[in-house]
Amino acid sequence: MTGLTGQGLASLPPARGVRRGRFSLGLTITATIIGVLLLLPLVAVLVDASQAGWAEFSTVLFRTRSLELLVNTLALPLIVTPLAAAIGTAAAWFTERTALPGRRIWTVLLVLPIAMPDFIVGYAWHSIAPTASPLGAAVLVMTLSSYPLIYLPVAAALRRSDPALEEAARSLGLSSARTFFRVVLPSIRSAILGGCLIVVLVLVSEYGAFEIVRFQTFTTEVFTEFQVNPAAAGALSIPLVLIGVLVVVGEGLVPIPRSSQRPGMRRTSLIPLGPGAVGVIAAFVGLVALAVVVPVGTLLYWMANSQHSTLPAQATVLAATLTTCKYCAGGAQLAVLLALPIALLSARSRRGLPLIIERSTYLTLALPGVVIAVSLIFLSLRFAFAIYESSWLVMIGYAIITFPLALSCMKTSVRQAPAQLATVGRSLGRSAPYVFLRVTLPLIAPGIIAGFCLVFLTASTELTATLVLQPPDTVTLTTQFWAFQSETAYGAAAPYGLVIIVLSMVPGTLLAIWFDRLGQNR
Amino acid sequence: MIFPRRPQSIRARRVRGLAALAVIVAGAVVLTGCSGSVADPAVTTIVLYNAQHEQTTAALVAAFEKQTGIDVRVDNDDEDVLTAKIEQEGSRSPADVIFTENSNWLQQLADKGLLAQVRPSTLSAVPTADSAADGEWVGISARVSAIVYNMQKLKASELPTSVLDLADPKWKGKIELAPSETDFWPVVSSVEDTYGHAKALAWLKGLKANAGANIVPDNETLVSDVNRGVTELGIINHYYYARLKAETSTASLHAGLGYFAPKDAGYIKTISGAAVLKSSHFPSAAQELVAFLTSRAGQSTIARGESFEYPLRAGITPNPAIAPLSELSPSGFTAAEFGDGEKAKKLLQEAQLL
Repeated sequence: MTGLTGQGLASLPPARGVRRGRFSLGLTITATIIGVLLLLPLVAVLVDASQAGWAEFSTVLFRTRSLELLVNTLALPLIVTPLAAAIGTAAAWFTERTALPGRRIWTVLLVLPIAMPDFIVGYAWHSIAPTASPLGAAVLVMTLSSYPLIYLPVAAALRRSDPALEEAARSLGLSSARTFFRVVLPSIRSAILGGCLIVVLVLVSEYGAFEIVRFQTFTTEVFTEFQVNPAAAGALSIPLVLIGVLVVVGEGLVPIPRSSQRPGMRRTSLIPLGPGAVGVIAAFVGLVALAVVVPVGTLLYWMANSQHSTLPAQATVLAATLTTCKYCAGGAQLAVLLALPIALLSARSRRGLPLIIERSTYLTLALPGVVIAVSLIFLSLRFAFAIYESSWLVMIGYAIITFPLALSCMKTSVRQAPAQLATVGRSLGRSAPYVFLRVTLPLIAPGIIAGFCLVFLTASTELTATLVLQPPDTVTLTTQFWAFQSETAYGAAAPYGLVIIVLSMVPGTLLAIWFDRLGQNR
Repeated sequence: MIFPRRPQSIRARRVRGLAALAVIVAGAVVLTGCSGSVADPAVTTIVLYNAQHEQTTAALVAAFEKQTGIDVRVDNDDEDVLTAKIEQEGSRSPADVIFTENSNWLQQLADKGLLAQVRPSTLSAVPTADSAADGEWVGISARVSAIVYNMQKLKASELPTSVLDLADPKWKGKIELAPSETDFWPVVSSVEDTYGHAKALAWLKGLKANAGANIVPDNETLVSDVNRGVTELGIINHYYYARLKAETSTASLHAGLGYFAPKDAGYIKTISGAAVLKSSHFPSAAQELVAFLTSRAGQSTIARGESFEYPLRAGITPNPAIAPLSELSPSGFTAAEFGDGEKAKKLLQEAQLL
């Protein structure tokens, strides 16, 4: 599951009185270098594609199959994004605005599907209904796993939006439904749009779930071509890059309303649900059951009904878990370190170069993991042979793929940190590093930890880049699961799948709690 | 808003800052602790890029290590991926030997000048027609194309006798294909050689229409789907069925194995082979490994293993779970005719199956 960046969070107003710090030139240069480095895989894709030559390019790109793939690649976001937006927004409204029994528990349970790797959800549903239509299965799987990407930012936006307007609207006789559409919706529009942006990018670059339910898109095709016809893979990823650019630029053009985004000083009075609460709870239970209980149950079923596999395990569950933890922790460290300068810079200015750097890093979300991995192989073979086939390459890959996620969490914390404190520290004669370590770092620590969790979570469920980048004779939980799953050795695959879920539940729960506190801390 | 709503003590902030710092420092430690281990220089370690059945290769490598004292590091992946990897790595490839499921990938590497000549004594251990004409790769084992079908939905007598029949609309919605699996490509190549380009293309388009959404990434999935009744039949290599049988209890085995009519274009023998890379750092150790694969000991290991393929060396009896090659009657389609597989790939692309 590629996670979320919570553009809704990014739309928080910057702390008032932010001033350019004295080390902003150094910061700008550092951030620019990082931004350029992050775009290198994209450049490598284009170089690789151009080396393949026009003939290769046109044979794979301009043919009827590309049209079929394009239709699939675009149809899915068109169906899934509105569904996820509706489910995510409704769920957020019920947990934030109504007197729903067990609200605090739901804020965690509703987020848990984010910890479910898409390919495991796909595998579960496919093993239950192998003859389902590929589009239908893909819509079900992706809606279930992507609605939390809308739920999280919308819930956070609802928590911080001023309840006075809503109360005024209701006291003037507007029904709850009308209040929602006329008052609430405008105030959470940017959060919904931000969530949708991420959902679209995730859908465009999804591989594992689609391969399992046989839904063919440009991303699954890139993976196949990468295997049988590597020269063409670069060419095929160009439509994906274009879709990514369109979505990112398009989202940037939508104006962000700020009117009712005011720090709420008190909690909204909660709307009583009455007997309707039963229906809402039933819907929530159904949602969590479909998204979490069914996949976990399927894994347990396959474990209990395990059949003999002639394929040997390359690593025990324990060894694969340790490898996964090592790669994910390393990748998360790297992502957080790289995101720090850009987060600091983007808190200072939201236009010009900082905005361009920040936005450009989102493009990597639209690139399938395999494309980034292949670019890294291409680059390391030519310029850094020492790290070729080493764990470093996996961790660098994870850091690049998850960078926007780390950035969004940290940006939120940096924006919330009052910049005056750092200025005061500096004016008291303390050195810049001292002020950074003693003032800025503690203030933004929650964002760093949340970013770390989100990257770890996303990386622990990453599949395609890991398949390409993992050093010989090592396997992670995801790649060992995939190896068994591909051989239809479902019973042998199941334990690895369960550990992936358990492993990602921990950062998933931490994140849900972080998002839940985000609104209250204001 | 200078302070967040819930003011925290300086101490709490300090703790949080330290926690964040610890996260970063721990990361640096993790990152630097990741460098690889150093190999013992006294022992020669060669690298085998293996696309063949992992368990059988592991048994072969263990026997080879015991016999020669040469260590082998095995890098398992799909044959197309490993071929692409060698092409990208060029002269810096860590690989010494490559062992693939289908000969076309070896031929592709040979055509690009990346393979060394296999020793004549190794080549002479197997039939000449089953290795590269100019000796750049050697055949190790053989496989035969077959039909897998669901016995609850089809009777053996209802199976098509020619591979061409599968394009008939009467199989619409009843067939599953794995076009990106290289095992399917020699069949495509054989049909094209027998019936010509236009007829082969029309045949593939018919197959595509009949398969509909049932396009899967590999033959393991295909065999499993046939067994579960998701689809009625498909084209595979014989050993996928043997493996399914080994992995499935008798009660849940619903799939059967059939062949097209003798000498049909869809009834062919294909070759799995191995080669030494020109860039190998240990060419003589690499040659020894390839020689071992064709030796009596190596070929017997293949016969005993669970890859269920036919050893190529004369006088080695294959696994009793599969029908002896002498009872089968594949057409005369050869590895040389299959070549580098480009023709089959182009045809599959033209039919929009790839």
